[in-house]
Amino acid sequence: MEIFITLFITGVGLGALYFLVAAGLSLIYGLMDVLNFAHGAFLTAGAYATWYFTTYVRADGSLTSYAISLLIAGLVGALFAVATEQILIKYLYNRHIDQALVTVGLGFVAASAYLGWFGTDPLVVLPPVDLYNVVQIGDAFVGLDRFLYIGVAAIVLLANFLMLRYTRIGLIIRAGVENRNMVTALGIDVRKAFTFVFFIGGFAAGLGGALATTYASGVGPTLGDSFLIYAFITVVIGGMGSVPGTAIAAVLVGTTQVLVNYYVQGLGDFVVVLLLALVLLVRPQGLLGKVVR
Amino acid sequence: MNLEVTQEKALELSDVHVTIRGSHILQGVNFGIEPGVVTGLLGRNGVGKSTTLRSIVGLVPRVGSIKLFGKEISNLKAHEVIRSGVSFVPEDREIFSTLTVLENLKLAERDKQPNYDIVYNLFPELLKRKNQRAGTLSGGQQQMVAIARALLNNSNLLLVDEPTKGLAPRLVTEVADALEVAAKSATILLVEQNLPLVKRIAKNIIVMDQGVVVHSGSPMDLENADFAQRMLGVSGGSH
Ligand SMILES: Nc1ncnc2c1ncn2[C@@H]1O[C@H](COP(=O)(O)OP(=O)(O)O)[C@@H](O)[C@H]1O
Ligand SMILES: [Mg+2]
Repeated sequence: MEIFITLFITGVGLGALYFLVAAGLSLIYGLMDVLNFAHGAFLTAGAYATWYFTTYVRADGSLTSYAISLLIAGLVGALFAVATEQILIKYLYNRHIDQALVTVGLGFVAASAYLGWFGTDPLVVLPPVDLYNVVQIGDAFVGLDRFLYIGVAAIVLLANFLMLRYTRIGLIIRAGVENRNMVTALGIDVRKAFTFVFFIGGFAAGLGGALATTYASGVGPTLGDSFLIYAFITVVIGGMGSVPGTAIAAVLVGTTQVLVNYYVQGLGDFVVVLLLALVLLVRPQGLLGKVVR
Repeated sequence: MNLEVTQEKALELSDVHVTIRGSHILQGVNFGIEPGVVTGLLGRNGVGKSTTLRSIVGLVPRVGSIKLFGKEISNLKAHEVIRSGVSFVPEDREIFSTLTVLENLKLAERDKQPNYDIVYNLFPELLKRKNQRAGTLSGGQQQMVAIARALLNNSNLLLVDEPTKGLAPRLVTEVADALEVAAKSATILLVEQNLPLVKRIAKNIIVMDQGVVVHSGSPMDLENADFAQRMLGVSGGSH
């Protein structure tokens, strides 16, 4: 039981990281029909920003420095994402295949740029020592960092919810996910919402990158790509365009992966793919996704 | 006749073509509509009426000239066309089913002071149901939302596509009343199959066939059963 609790919370923590990547993917796809394969590169950018900041700018290992590095990583991810939208995606509206191809290309370009600048070997990022503490739950011990991932993801989820529910841009995004053309036919420049969605998606991915350096103890050129695959699976299971669906699916994928990997060695990834296949068969629109008309 | 030539048209289409995925749907549409009145746009199914409205809004790629009170709008994006004072009630309503009634209306706000009074006076039902998800409304109520979205703002031009399609007779009357109220302050281009309704509220009619305009005239023309049969494939002579 103790082991189950430890693993379960670790799984939820991993799911929280998947959520940070998947939330943006889901909104971007839901609103714009763009499959953004460059999203992993946003995460990696955030991770390198964290490495740089905590190694060269504020290497005191304090929680404050770490917190600042999270924000910087988020902003780096967001700026990278907005630049991507403004420089590449914008000129390919309604050419969905071309957009997907361009983002695949950008993903490759970014990965080799990271490799050229930072080398193949993962760079070590040391989180504040306090994060190495464990928390006791019953008889189980769980690393404090897990709760940090979960907390940050929960804040992002809540902020997303409030933004979507109570702001005009949120209203435009929700309407645009349902019927983009009709939003423009009401006199709204839906492209502003596109840029905004890239900004928040990139911010969440950058945050995810900062946290991933703690989870993976460092950053390498392809850190984001490994997260991207599971984030895509998460988005499909949760339903394209539904942030709450993405959150549920992220927890499902993270816990399944960690638990199965422990109890049936090495089969975690396989079972996640099985889960994906099952959802696609039984509920193709995903758990909370819009029905495709 | 001379008066009509010199009077500025509310809307004027000259040689408008629309091609979608290789099919040439509008093949040089020409017409003008008089300001301040309702003009009916008629024709059999599939002749290009909806595409004509969508080309005016800019929802389909179009070639040719489209002038709104003398100003060329064919080079504008859809949201810019709407912002120049055009309201559009699309065929099949296209309300946002996951949003509430009020959210649907809020999204449509363009003016600083949207006319919620007018809208709720016409459709008290919408005030009662303002927090209901629009997807759970009946077809008639959804049509009210679609029309309300257009009436919320002051428009120079209202484009309305088959507002009574699939509605019960009582609702047809309600929609007709709403259009009459709207007609007091805006120019309306109305696509409508319900000929008695067209006769009741339209001053002029335009008839399309196979992607071009084949007739412009008065609703009186519809009294001629032979004309109605030939142009629209229906008998329009009696009420
Ligand atoms: N998006 C589209 N793609 C291909 N063909 C279309 C599209 N929209 C309309 N059409 C075709 O264009 C023609 C005119 O359609 P439409 O303007 O809807 O006619 P109407 O409103 O007069 O019934 C029809 O033959 C229809 O099949
Ligand atoms: Mg039509």
